[in-house]
Amino acid sequence: MDDLHSPDPTEQSWGSLLRTNREEVLEKWTQTAAANLGGRMTPAEMGRDVDEIYSALVRADTGDQIDIRSAAYADLRSLLTELSRTRARQGFSPTETAVGVYALKDAVLEILEAHGDLPGYRAFARLSRIVDDLGMFMLETYATTREAVIAEQAEALLELSTPVVKLWDGIVALPLVGTLDSARTQVVMEALLQTLVDTGSEHAIIDITGVPAVDTQVAQHLLKTVQAARLLGAECIISGIRPQIAQTVVALGIEFGDIHTKASLADAILLAMRRSGLDVVKSR
Amino acid sequence: MWKSMTSPTSESEATLTLAIVNDGDVVRGRQAVRDLAVSAKLSLVDQTKLVTATSELARNTLVYGGGGELRASIVSEGGRQGVEVEFIDDGPGIPDLDLALTDGWTSGSGLGLGLSGAKRLVEDFEVDSAPGRGTRVRIVKWKR
Amino acid sequence: MDRIPILRIGDVLLVSIQIDLQDQTALALQDDLSSKIVETGAKGVLIDISALEIVDSFIGRMISTTAAVSRVLDAETVVVGMQPAVAITLVELGLTLDGVRTALDVDRGLALLSSALGKAGSDVEVDDLAHE
Repeated sequence: MDDLHSPDPTEQSWGSLLRTNREEVLEKWTQTAAANLGGRMTPAEMGRDVDEIYSALVRADTGDQIDIRSAAYADLRSLLTELSRTRARQGFSPTETAVGVYALKDAVLEILEAHGDLPGYRAFARLSRIVDDLGMFMLETYATTREAVIAEQAEALLELSTPVVKLWDGIVALPLVGTLDSARTQVVMEALLQTLVDTGSEHAIIDITGVPAVDTQVAQHLLKTVQAARLLGAECIISGIRPQIAQTVVALGIEFGDIHTKASLADAILLAMRRSGLDVVKSR
Repeated sequence: MWKSMTSPTSESEATLTLAIVNDGDVVRGRQAVRDLAVSAKLSLVDQTKLVTATSELARNTLVYGGGGELRASIVSEGGRQGVEVEFIDDGPGIPDLDLALTDGWTSGSGLGLGLSGAKRLVEDFEVDSAPGRGTRVRIVKWKR
Repeated sequence: MDRIPILRIGDVLLVSIQIDLQDQTALALQDDLSSKIVETGAKGVLIDISALEIVDSFIGRMISTTAAVSRVLDAETVVVGMQPAVAITLVELGLTLDGVRTALDVDRGLALLSSALGKAGSDVEVDDLAHE
């Protein structure tokens, strides 16, 4: 009882519950939070974060306002936004991120269990709701940040996955691997056309052996690339069309028209070489 | 009065206005839109698509609308940037929009790819036109 | 109005478009080219568009018409040096310039014309012009 200096024996605000037990709350909160991170943050680092959250939270205690979207919580929200973003970027899990605030409940509950009373528990109930909302808020921010990270990585992958390789003088190949969506196909095709111009190549082989499926849109992009290459003065051969893909292409009613298709990359290379006036013969 | 049908989704910054009364204005329109597309950091392919669409539509304004105006600005919406171009004339208007948007259909001597072709080159495409009311076309090319 | 110069190299007419084309300039070029083919008896036309930042339906039509008119006048047309971004846009626009020969650059365009005109190698021989 001694530690809970409440002016009103029946009512206690959650803010005063925190303020009156400041040292103890901070210590246990930091311990619990740091313990959940398995050594990925030192207690000192965690202590700083916890200290900031504590101060912002106590400042937000203006009477009975427990809506964390209200103006009183603005500082706390921006602090937690910052923390969640940092955690998300550093690769912490959602649990490891939210435990930063959830650990406050454990800390306060532990103190109450040692020497709590009814008003204390009532204040805790309100605090508990706020902490739950704050935890959810952190998770939302965390998820948004992770989505941004994923989008950035997808973009980086786009750049990586456009290997246009030179097979022979005047012959380049584009070995496509993985699922083709519209965005990726566009980037890849632009890279191919640019390479044709840069290297002065008149023959391109687009090999789709590593492509699991071809839908109407992807087929359209392939066709457009072949047409665009012709406008530049180059011819494309599409190779590596697996039986299932050939069947889908026919089933979808996609017309490849007068575009040369070959079952294997080897056949395509041979055709491209013959077209450039070369022949492959066995040496003896 | 044209603004009424524009969806107020995008907030625009400084707007560039250019009269389209002769051949040279079409070229100037293309160059002005190219500059905007460069500063909005559109990719080279997207710049080319937007400028080509601008060329088609500015020519329509000149040839079918009897001259008019081009307005261009950089717009942003939900964190992405784009270039918006409007073509406004007080000409005879388009009697049948659906028909005018059909590939190969032409009222003049063109290939009939002006409206329908321009539409394929941009993400947002709006036409407001009726006989005797003039024509307003609004296009937006968004940064990928 | 600007006029695009037409150079004659042997029996090939070479046009290099270096400016942003006005419609009238494009039409004038189309006229000039057909007159020049008749005047010189040229067997090939090479249009270098590597400096063109866009090709819209109007210029596209000018190119197609020029190729068709040349063919009637017994000359082959090759369009060279189209930028990838321009090619992508043209395809999207629905213009594939069917019936127009293309090449990556002037060298390859000349080679293409030579072989189309039934000559060996890529050299255009100046001295076999009968009307010179």
